[in-house]
Amino acid sequence: MVDHLFRHEAGKMVAVLTRLFGFPNIEQAEDIVQDTIIKALESWKFGKMPDNPQAWLYKVAKNSAIDLIRRQKLKYKIDNDLTQQLQSEYTLSPVVNELFLEHEIKDSQLRMMYACCHPAIAPEAQVTLILKTLCGLSAKEISNAFLTNEETINKRLYRTKEKLRNEGLSLDCNGAEELNSRREAVLQALYLLFNEGYNSSHPEQLIREDLCEEAMRLIILLTEHPKTNKPEAYALLALMCYQVSRFKARMDDKGFIVLLKDQDRSQWSRFLIEKANRYLELAATGDKVHQYHIEASIASVHANAPTYDYTNWRVILNLYDHLLQVNNSPMVALNRCLALVEVTGPLQAIEELLELKGTGNSCYYKTALGELYYKAGNYSEAVNHYLEALPLTTSNAERMLIERKLALCSE
Amino acid sequence: MEKFMYLFRGGEGTPEMSPEQSQEHMQKWFGWMQQLSETGNMVAGDPLQRAGKQVNGKNKVVTDGPFVEAKEIVGGYLIVSAKDIDDALELSKGCPIFDFDGKLEVRPIQKLDM
Repeated sequence: MVDHLFRHEAGKMVAVLTRLFGFPNIEQAEDIVQDTIIKALESWKFGKMPDNPQAWLYKVAKNSAIDLIRRQKLKYKIDNDLTQQLQSEYTLSPVVNELFLEHEIKDSQLRMMYACCHPAIAPEAQVTLILKTLCGLSAKEISNAFLTNEETINKRLYRTKEKLRNEGLSLDCNGAEELNSRREAVLQALYLLFNEGYNSSHPEQLIREDLCEEAMRLIILLTEHPKTNKPEAYALLALMCYQVSRFKARMDDKGFIVLLKDQDRSQWSRFLIEKANRYLELAATGDKVHQYHIEASIASVHANAPTYDYTNWRVILNLYDHLLQVNNSPMVALNRCLALVEVTGPLQAIEELLELKGTGNSCYYKTALGELYYKAGNYSEAVNHYLEALPLTTSNAERMLIERKLALCSE
Repeated sequence: MEKFMYLFRGGEGTPEMSPEQSQEHMQKWFGWMQQLSETGNMVAGDPLQRAGKQVNGKNKVVTDGPFVEAKEIVGGYLIVSAKDIDDALELSKGCPIFDFDGKLEVRPIQKLDM
């Protein structure tokens, strides 16, 4: 059986059925999908699978949907461009069938993505709703990924859906203007989702890779549609591919984090790097330089450098300067300092890092300082900062890395 | 070797289960079935739909059914060949139905050549 078949198909079916029923009926759409999956489980578990599992699932979901519409069992009246066609027996089934065709499924997924990213919803809630409705994750799985409890996620989902329902928002995002203004929010949500997976403080590795994979699946959808395949979408996809290309090398077989400097570059996925290079080329149209263009370019310099020492740090530093102009955030400034150290040496970088405001007491900030002091040969200061960093992480792998650094300082 | 029938009751997926968990659970069933095949214990088997009809008594009255509690409905059957009842019981213990508190009834199939 294909990996994550149920999860992926659940996401698609919720999107399609919500497109069909209208957003207010999203819970009934989710119920149908849940029943469909259970039915598949009960029918397939004896080891005999249908030739086309996807078509099997769709057929069950379609029948339930048609039945619900026919018996007028939906909680809220359907109020969209399909309403009239759904009222006639002649057109009911053909319309439902049509919506389950591949290109229509993608269309529904995009509509759902845009609906989730409504400006009235906070970014964190947007990501949560995307994971639930488009990625087929349960509240428990989402709470796991965000290191919070199931109840919090359920409440957040409930409130978000209420908001979308009360504001009378439809899933339709046909107007080019609305599409454009919403695009930024969609990209940001996917960027968040990806980073949650890539940098997250989660003790387990597996969930993180899943989140990255989901973010990539959704952004690929954006790049496949003529209305949404904008340069910045390609840039973000390129960035994700560069990052994921290093997945295997980022951790050794004992679960220790391997830093960029020490990574075995032969383990980087050439396939993904080539893909990323191509996406970055596709992103190089239009006249706007987006934050994602710059971030992808930085990742590109790293990914295409033969060794750490042969990395073109000056180019990277320039790109960070540029990035700071677009996105003046403490995190960017912090990362810039880590590039600076390779160009000017640790002392200037430490100086600039100490002047940084707003990084607060993040573990990343403290470890960066520890690293720079270590490089500068000031082991006692390095130890101080590593010790301060230690209680700030929830990730086992990060904790082990810091402990190893501490051991190095006392050698 | 003797033949036994396994009757499965309950132990079905719950609505709280995520799609991913459902798939993982199904993979477990696949694994168990596969193992029974590889060891040559598997003879036949199928899942059953939940609803059906029942024909009753002398008058052959047809009713909808089975009207029993959901967890008592037979969800499927399997015929396995095993050395004896103890062997058949042992083989049944690997069944993933127990993950969800299901029941598995093991019944020797009556042989005619006494």
